[in-house]
Amino acid sequence: MRSTGQDQEKLRSIWQRLHIDAWLLSGLLALMVLGLFVLYSAGGQEVAILYRQGVRLGISLLVMFFVAQIPPTVYQKWAVPVFILGLLMLVAVLAFGHVGKGAQRWLDLGFMMFQPSEVMKLVVPIMIAWYISQDRLPAKLKDIVIAFILVLLPTLLIAKQPDLGTSLLIASSGIFVIFLAGASWKLIGSCVGLASAFAPILWMFLMKDYQKQRVLTFLNPEQDPLGSGYHIIQSKIAIGSGGIDGKGWLQGTQSQLEFLPERHTDFIFAVFSEEFGLIGVALLLSVYLLIVMRGLWIAVNAQQAFTKLLAGSITLTFFVYVFVNIGMVSGLLPVVGVPLPLVSYGGTSMVTLMAGFGMLMAISTHRRFIA
Amino acid sequence: MGQRKRVAIRNHSAEANLFARRTFIAFFGVLVMLLLLFSNIFDLEVTSYEKYQTRSNKNRIKVLPVEPNRGLIYDRNGVLLAENRPIYSLEMIPEDVKNLEQTVKELGELLEISAEKQANFLKNIKRKRRFKPAELHPRLSDHQVALFSVNQHKFPGVFIDARLKRYYPFADLTTHTLGYVARINQRDEIKLAEQGLKDNYAATHNIGKLGLEKYYEQQLHGKVGHQEVEINNQGRIVRTLAYTPPESGKDLTLTLDIELQMIAKRALSTKRGAIVALDPRDGSILAMYSNPSYDGNLFVHGISSKNYKKLLENRQLPLVNRTLQGYPPASTVKPFIALLGLEEKVITPDTRIWDPGWYQLENVEKKYRDWKKWGHGWVDLTKSMEQSCNVYYYDLAKKLGITKISNMMEKFGFGDYTGVDLHEESRGIMPSTQWKRARYNQPWYGGETLSIGIGQSYWTATPLQLSQALSVMVNKGNIKVPHLLKSISEKVMDEAGENLVSVNTDVIYDEKPPIELKQRKNWDLVLDGMHNTVQKLGATAHNAFKGAQYDAAGKTGSAQVANIKQDEKYDAKTTQESKRDNAMFVAFAPYEKPEIVIAVAIENVAIGGGATNAAPVARQVMDQYFGKRVITSHDKSRHPHHDKQYRVKPLKKAG
Repeated sequence: MRSTGQDQEKLRSIWQRLHIDAWLLSGLLALMVLGLFVLYSAGGQEVAILYRQGVRLGISLLVMFFVAQIPPTVYQKWAVPVFILGLLMLVAVLAFGHVGKGAQRWLDLGFMMFQPSEVMKLVVPIMIAWYISQDRLPAKLKDIVIAFILVLLPTLLIAKQPDLGTSLLIASSGIFVIFLAGASWKLIGSCVGLASAFAPILWMFLMKDYQKQRVLTFLNPEQDPLGSGYHIIQSKIAIGSGGIDGKGWLQGTQSQLEFLPERHTDFIFAVFSEEFGLIGVALLLSVYLLIVMRGLWIAVNAQQAFTKLLAGSITLTFFVYVFVNIGMVSGLLPVVGVPLPLVSYGGTSMVTLMAGFGMLMAISTHRRFIA
Repeated sequence: MGQRKRVAIRNHSAEANLFARRTFIAFFGVLVMLLLLFSNIFDLEVTSYEKYQTRSNKNRIKVLPVEPNRGLIYDRNGVLLAENRPIYSLEMIPEDVKNLEQTVKELGELLEISAEKQANFLKNIKRKRRFKPAELHPRLSDHQVALFSVNQHKFPGVFIDARLKRYYPFADLTTHTLGYVARINQRDEIKLAEQGLKDNYAATHNIGKLGLEKYYEQQLHGKVGHQEVEINNQGRIVRTLAYTPPESGKDLTLTLDIELQMIAKRALSTKRGAIVALDPRDGSILAMYSNPSYDGNLFVHGISSKNYKKLLENRQLPLVNRTLQGYPPASTVKPFIALLGLEEKVITPDTRIWDPGWYQLENVEKKYRDWKKWGHGWVDLTKSMEQSCNVYYYDLAKKLGITKISNMMEKFGFGDYTGVDLHEESRGIMPSTQWKRARYNQPWYGGETLSIGIGQSYWTATPLQLSQALSVMVNKGNIKVPHLLKSISEKVMDEAGENLVSVNTDVIYDEKPPIELKQRKNWDLVLDGMHNTVQKLGATAHNAFKGAQYDAAGKTGSAQVANIKQDEKYDAKTTQESKRDNAMFVAFAPYEKPEIVIAVAIENVAIGGGATNAAPVARQVMDQYFGKRVITSHDKSRHPHHDKQYRVKPLKKAG
């Protein structure tokens, strides 16, 4: 008995020294493996796609590992200059960024293409957490207003690209910090009220036609079943026809016969539901829940206000990915380009996500002993 | 710095508590959101499962109809009259062809496809799905098929597709009876939809348009099959899920004897006219030919407007089915009038009248002439038929009156459909006072009754009606419905459930209520008169049947087509062709136990009448009929399964 206890202690200290949170890592790996299985089916059973995704996952894991080695105090020091640099780059993107898929998101650095909005997904919560944690909690109204403005700047710049999905994620990452910092309920209530009052203005002056169309399609996809409603209708058919136990791996007709568009990227959840049914969905949601629970546990146990806020924001933002993606694919939300984290095919957002988890691990493992 | 100081005095445990509370609230939010997602997916996958399952299947499963093979048509001896022949088209799947233009050019050189056709094909193909076969040439000749087959290895993605098309090996010989099939048009589609048959015709290209092909469309067509396939979002077939084979149409065996039909055609030669031969014992039609005819095969592939115009504008009217068209029956109806006279006791066999060559109604100046200018002298019943004396029948008709005549003739089927299995049948006209009132709003005139007595005036009868009426006569009042369909064969699983076997079922036809005479011997008196007409030396039909090996009876007729003015002399040579007399003849044989009844109509003969023009034609057909009987002494050997030698070579070479 005693020796087992010692072994466990020893093991924990090895993970500690590697700055890896074993619980979190196992949750992420489980998700990745699950994701590769679905991707094989959704990608038309092409090994090449699987290989590329595997490489990306490997890189992401490495990034996570390196980020985990950096003590959180370093982010604290660099928060302001990096945030300012990020804003400048976002402006640069709008001024002379690279246009791809109808949106201006990329910056050509000569040797590589760079997407500043991705970096901002991490920089914004660091910045806000740093700013809020300068003062004691709960945050005062003045600080909240300033923090809010700091969130709004990158959000609007990214929304202008336009990239609704990313701006939504960035906005929520900042807002989560403010919420966790103890913004009063009265304030939250009046913000919600203000936001709903702002909605018609947003609709009339700020939203692009294609964005409006998405919302209209969301409200009634059957209106144009072969045009704008096609994605969501086919996706719902795929999910619904999966039933309780699914059609079986590689047996989904909606996906294998290509009725489902973008089935290996944003709509991969529909493939998953079609082939693995409600049981599979329950399993997948449980894995996500476990990761969120571990993230929040790390946040609660973090030592400083800054790390607490940052860890909480990263975790909750991760959940926003899950919620928005599944909500959109199953017809609960309008179509917004948000991938299903660690399952959808695609590189950039995965690296950012894993870097975020690296931060979480850093927060949980770089502990200072306070007297 | 002020801020640093404040940090130093912050209350860590209070902050931690606040943060923990907020985190817990956030976690609670996460749970609620997850539950929301899950319940939505539960709704999709469990509550609405069936709806989405159906829609998913609708996406991927397509049911393709498969055309059934049309039933074949045989003559009574098993000779094939309507068959399905493969026709070959050249097809290619664009995505399987490496260099489309090069391939088309090479194929064009090999098979001599015109440059225009090649260009059209290349133009059209751009709008089509690349994995669906496209037709480069609709009909390949045997030579082209052979040429391509040898070179096929040079053309990957190009192949020959065979489809079945209706073919009538006897061409014009059978067109008026068989009719033909042709492409389903909009009118057919509407009709099929009304009959609820649209699904059954989903894969069918052609439909019966005329004749037996039309009348027995339902039996010949069969039942559509289904191929259930899985398709992808492009409509490409991924695999076949299920296959229900089509059920072929039923094969028909006709009562028609194609050899007799051939003889009928040969006998008519260039004359315009019609022959109907039927078996009075059961109403079977043995031969039914209208001359001139045309090739029904022209219509199967869609007749060219040039060819169609040619048929329409042909002065000989080949499109008209003369066997079902009304002609003035002329003297061929005299036996029927005589029968009525006997039955009504207006005459007896011994009643005599004096024929001076003309007949006059009281107080009317007009003279009704006999065909013999100087008259027949004293005429009794027998002589009236043998010599076809008009005056005798003028007198008899006048005594009977139009009402009695038309009532009786209607019983023999004049003026009404015989019920034959052809839609093209016309009723002819059996005039009556009511009929004239309705048709012309005029009263019936006594003089018209006289003309009715010799089968003229308004009276018209189709050759089929004439043969049918005579058939009723020889059956002594029993009425069998004339028909062309003898039996239907159907493919059924055998008892072991392994093989399809043909089961042949004879068609049973209902009889109509018979004509009852008060004195049955009157039948014999009239039939005897017809017998004499053929057998007695000097009788009208005697010459035509001289030396026949069988005992025939009959009646001639010559119908005036144009009105001849009073005292005007009719001379065929000087009369316009279309106004010349029609020659008619009806006959049956053998006299004692009739097996065959024939009606012949020939239009606008140059010289003579029924005796010299129509009777010899009937003779040739009967000779063939009885001649054959000498060789094969009993009916059994005539059955197709017993006697293969009756397979006759087609008149025209196929293709």
